[in-house]
Amino acid sequence: MTARVVLLGCGNPSRGDDALGPDLLSRAGAWLIGRPDLDVRIVEDFQLQVEHALDVADADLVLFVDADATATTPFCLRRTKSSRDDSYTTHELSPEAVLHVAREVTGRDPPPAWVLGVRGESFELGAPVSVAARGHLDLAWDELRTLLDDPCASAWDARAAGW
Amino acid sequence: MTHLLETAAHPRALRRVAIEPLTRVEGHGKVTLLLDEQNRVHQARLHIVEFRGFEKFIQGRPYWEVPVLVQRLCGICPVSHHLAAGKAVDMLVGARTLTPTAEKVRRLMHQGQMLQSHALHFFHLASPDLLFGFDSEPARRNIVGVIAEHPELALQGVKLRKYGQEVIKAIAGKRIHGTACIPGGMNKALSEAERDVLRRDIGQMVAWSQGAVALCRRVLDASPHAPIFGVFPSNFMSLIRADGALDFYDGGLRAKDAQGNLIFDHVDYTHYNRHIHEEVKSWSYMKFPFIISLGDADGWYRVGPLARMNTADFLDTPLAEEARRAFRAAANDGMQHATLAYHWARLIEMLHAAEGIERLLDDPDITGTDLVAKGERALEGVGVIEAPRGTLFHHYKVDENDVVVRANLIVSTTNNNQAMNEAVRTVAASYLDGQKLTEGLLNHIEVAVRAFDPCLSCATHALGRMPLQVELVDAAGQVIDRMVKGADGVFAEGRDAP
Repeated sequence: MTARVVLLGCGNPSRGDDALGPDLLSRAGAWLIGRPDLDVRIVEDFQLQVEHALDVADADLVLFVDADATATTPFCLRRTKSSRDDSYTTHELSPEAVLHVAREVTGRDPPPAWVLGVRGESFELGAPVSVAARGHLDLAWDELRTLLDDPCASAWDARAAGW
Repeated sequence: MTHLLETAAHPRALRRVAIEPLTRVEGHGKVTLLLDEQNRVHQARLHIVEFRGFEKFIQGRPYWEVPVLVQRLCGICPVSHHLAAGKAVDMLVGARTLTPTAEKVRRLMHQGQMLQSHALHFFHLASPDLLFGFDSEPARRNIVGVIAEHPELALQGVKLRKYGQEVIKAIAGKRIHGTACIPGGMNKALSEAERDVLRRDIGQMVAWSQGAVALCRRVLDASPHAPIFGVFPSNFMSLIRADGALDFYDGGLRAKDAQGNLIFDHVDYTHYNRHIHEEVKSWSYMKFPFIISLGDADGWYRVGPLARMNTADFLDTPLAEEARRAFRAAANDGMQHATLAYHWARLIEMLHAAEGIERLLDDPDITGTDLVAKGERALEGVGVIEAPRGTLFHHYKVDENDVVVRANLIVSTTNNNQAMNEAVRTVAASYLDGQKLTEGLLNHIEVAVRAFDPCLSCATHALGRMPLQVELVDAAGQVIDRMVKGADGVFAEGRDAP
């Protein structure tokens, strides 16, 4: 039985490179139409919040997808885990905080999770995705497709280990 | 209501404390305090560097795109912008009166937004301050502390928020980027199946909301801070229904002064700019609205839950009305001016929204089929609603090609701009004079700002963009101390802090 994957992406499509997350989800959604053998649930929002803990709680694998203003490479993949941080106290949570809320409200360990960050540089209202970020998006999509093609924690860990 | 502390007589001779940005507040905020040689607060300013470019974002677009487009102005309250824009666009197509189904479905969507927004704010942003006191350990103040000591509250908060979003999703088709409002009405009503799903849990949401009101009351009653923290007189403004009831979605504008006297009442909101003017100040990107008849020095006002509790004659749902009466009784039936009373008012509104949802789900119009009204085309439209954070204005002018040529938005946080500055000044003058800058003292200021639940970013949120920076700058402009709080919550101190 294939793993239940939650692909949770964030971003505002009208704020420049903040659209990288939604754009990746859009590509994944189109690709998944031809892959009925996979069990992937796509969740898109402007930003992460506490209710997303309920979205991820029952998954086998969780992949957070987002623009990353701190990335030094076109994209990066890392394993993450639940953690308390100060994002709990804002209008947007970190992926780690979402997992932590999932643990607290369900009383169970959250599912294994990874973060695919795509390097973004410009986030102005009304701006399109920058030329550089479009290149990053293409590379990140190749990575995402590879991950979805093999929804297995050990395989994802192996790819994350390369970063 | 003068600005005694806003502009110091000799600012160059003052020390400067900058806090940037505020934690637990969306986006990028910075507080600057100018201290004199005796560390007395002479000047306080809340700088907000967002809210740029909204109008340009809208101009040049065909009007029918606008209700969907404006959802992208803000990741926190896209539904509020969607509804305000929808009302403005209704005017453009001559549909000042919607069909019963369209209006009730919009109201339902709005109540869902109110419920989810207020639930998040209370349970996950502000409640830690109230439950544990804002002098307590930072780790206990945040939601982790709440969950550890009140696990049932955390789960209720998450589920209340989720329920509000399910209401929105049922109407708009999805959580975000939905197309609920169309010119003159709604894209769809609720199906009977969708209504029945929402009916299943609404009783629980009402009960949890009622419990939250009671909890907030108990916490504030027990707090030594509540009666004295951030108390300052102000005017208040909100929409009001023709019979004086609170109305989140429609009505006329009512403003009261600090003593509760009417400044104006049942003003047609399409004429808002005859009564409200927006002042520009050189040190802030955000404008400062004021009531014209009172002038810029005395005409500023508060909006949002506290204002609505002070302006409304009654609430038309029984449990919330009972709570409102208790709220007003606590102020001897006068105007409630305490900053922390915002939280109590917000929870009463959450209960009112839950009751409102329950009532609308029992209304047969909610599953109706008559969704769109039409009328005579116009070239100008104004839409005003009471968003979770306060009164929200959208004003558009279009040309004969249906393209928006002018847009003016006054968002809720802008309406509260001067009031938030006043809160900072009041708290700083009370708690920071002559004291060393500490995290606990800074949090007093943040508590005051957070009470307004300001939405400062309308926002990008990409990973790694939420630092907190505190600088102490002497009269010569030199940084003499620095405090940096990273996205991981770790503090670094000293001039060489990253």
